Amino acid sequence: MLTTHLPPADAGHPPPPSDTEGGKKDRRDAYPTICNGVAVWGGRLSEAPALQKTLIRRAKASRIMNAGKNSETINLGHGSGGAMMQELIAQELLPALPGQSPQALEDAATISIAADRLAFTTDSFTVQPLVFPGGDIGTLAVHGTINDLAMRGATPRFLSLGLIIEEGLALELLRQIIKSIGAAAREADVNIVTGDTKVVGHGSADGIFINTAGIGECGAHVPSVTAAQPGDKVLVSGTLGDHGIAVMVAREALEISADLRSDTAALHTLVAAMLEAGGKAVHTLRDLTRGGLAAALNEIAASSGVGVLAEATAIPMRPEVGSACEILGLSPYAVANEGKLVAMVEPGAADDVLQAMQSHPLGRDACVIGEVISESPGMVQLQTPIGTRRVLELPAGELLPRIC
Amino acid sequence: MGGTRGGFLVNVIARCRELAQLIAEADPPPLTIMEVCGTHSHEIARYGLAQLLPDQVRLISGPGCPVCVTADGDLDAIVQIAQQGAIIATFGDMVRVPGPRGSLADARAAGADVRVLYSPMQSLEVARQNPDREVVLLGIGFETTAPSIAVTISDAAGEDLKNFSVHCAHKLIPPAMAALVEDPECRIDAFLCPGHVSTIIGTQAYDFLAEDYNIACAVAGFGPSDIMEAIYAIVGQIKGATSYVHNAYTRAVQVEGNTVAQAQMAALFEVADAEWRGLGTIPASGLRIGDEYAVFDARNRYELEPPIERDPGPCICGDVLQGKALPADCPAFGSACTPQSPIGPCMVSSEGSCAAVFKYQRQQG
Repeated sequence: MLTTHLPPADAGHPPPPSDTEGGKKDRRDAYPTICNGVAVWGGRLSEAPALQKTLIRRAKASRIMNAGKNSETINLGHGSGGAMMQELIAQELLPALPGQSPQALEDAATISIAADRLAFTTDSFTVQPLVFPGGDIGTLAVHGTINDLAMRGATPRFLSLGLIIEEGLALELLRQIIKSIGAAAREADVNIVTGDTKVVGHGSADGIFINTAGIGECGAHVPSVTAAQPGDKVLVSGTLGDHGIAVMVAREALEISADLRSDTAALHTLVAAMLEAGGKAVHTLRDLTRGGLAAALNEIAASSGVGVLAEATAIPMRPEVGSACEILGLSPYAVANEGKLVAMVEPGAADDVLQAMQSHPLGRDACVIGEVISESPGMVQLQTPIGTRRVLELPAGELLPRIC
Repeated sequence: MGGTRGGFLVNVIARCRELAQLIAEADPPPLTIMEVCGTHSHEIARYGLAQLLPDQVRLISGPGCPVCVTADGDLDAIVQIAQQGAIIATFGDMVRVPGPRGSLADARAAGADVRVLYSPMQSLEVARQNPDREVVLLGIGFETTAPSIAVTISDAAGEDLKNFSVHCAHKLIPPAMAALVEDPECRIDAFLCPGHVSTIIGTQAYDFLAEDYNIACAVAGFGPSDIMEAIYAIVGQIKGATSYVHNAYTRAVQVEGNTVAQAQMAALFEVADAEWRGLGTIPASGLRIGDEYAVFDARNRYELEPPIERDPGPCICGDVLQGKALPADCPAFGSACTPQSPIGPCMVSSEGSCAAVFKYQRQQG
């Protein structure tokens, strides 16, 4: 049950003050985002090097004890709460995550935050293969939770990180995943403030499962899945299906020679640009993860009590993704994305929001794909290329290729 | 439009509209056309092709989805084999079809090892990598998939793979088409003949339907304009009071079909009676593994409990499939029988007549 709390990342912030007296002692107020129990930014940092030394000393002892055992894979001992676990945390986790100093093994992180409205979300991540073109499970775990916060217009601030590792996972692979987590968090300027590591027996997990929870600061306007209104334009931020198809092709080792890469990305800066351009006119935001566009539009239609009419020819898609879907018998509209969103925007502001999206690197291929209508509430219709309409269904369940 | 707009071809769209116009101008009499290919059903729904046709031209979905017509006896056997610990290797959409003991997805949730394949050849790799476990490949599908299963068995025999077998539930389409039109109450005027199946068996396989039963036939490809071309050809036959097998998919289908694939099937399989979900047993409508390869027949390897008999209850899929009844006429529709818990093939297939009507009504309601 040992819980490891990782102190804040300092990406984008000045480094923590050295252990000096006087004027700098109130850095906690200057950077009031976070404060762990041992006063991370406060005056007691002298504790940190001592604890770090202790941890490293124990880790070395553990390595000596384990000499001759296979130290290149994770085993149950790494989750035991003892020396091996501390080695894992001290050697592998903390150095890789942004701004860590392992002084704070408190039971909970404490955070101070200025905003009076917070967004709070959690998401768990399982994917096979763990590493795929364009990212890995670590990148997904950071981006996915950031994006859930971003869809409520919130600025992501803090993440928790829970790892459930299956024994036998290669240490090198774990290092790579942790490195990705660190890099994604740094790039998005969020702090990973608390964490937990468990190791389960062989067969009890699929390599590694990751859970992240996130806290963000809401802005003046909070988009909602219930707020779409007839007349709104439906915007998507780019090409659909890239992630799901890249992962499927990698997982099944399909011999499809195309440059298929996951689109995994943190969307909060794109959302910030959209909200700056459109403000309250941005009624609804939804990231297009599992279930893809079809699920997102159906959820919005049902929650807002509106109909949606999308135009098939307007939906952006890479030709290679479209072709892979044809080969595999999948609907590209039901395939997952990890760096795309759909927005319902008042018609008067749609052009401005679209322009803001297209000016952002993650929204270059953004376009209007349809509109919200009052007819057929709860239903999503797709205008086909030949001018007929069909229902775009909520995907049934597991995405399974068709035989015929 | 460009590649990033879905790659829809402008000339295909124009041709669809042109054909719709020609069909309307032909002003055919009331006409029921059945497609017997899952991908045709899928494409017709995907492009909303029915909306392009005059009201009197009705499209209905026949028994063209192989997983949907798989009988309870086969589903029951497959799930039992999975429960006994064999690795089940299958195409994806078989996983969620519910049998009397639940679906393969249910069995997997309870611990069974179910692997989804993209090519039957992958099952041999699974068998090689798990030499101490039995691997059972599900031979589900029509004439399109049967040759590839035949080659897989032949390869397994070649390398003497001892832990590999096939549960063969292959079905043949022409005998099912004949069974449908033999019913004196059948309302089918024409068949949109399948594309992939026809590449194997050729247009000649449907000649008897045109000659003996006066059913208009057209083999169709899979693009929306391919399907519209075939419907236009059918309308021409009906207007001219004639019936023959028109080939609207000449770029892939020949009169005699793929004789190499036919030979592979003949070498491995024997024609047998088969049970179809919703249609019952149809004589000479299935394939079983021939005696020479009997060692690869999963039926010879597993002691199974007798199948659980399920009362199909009030399900009238047989009538729906023959155009004699509408989904809403069925007392089970929407109550005992739903897409989540389907009874008949028309509800199992996402493009089945009942599933389509159910979803549309529910979303409107």
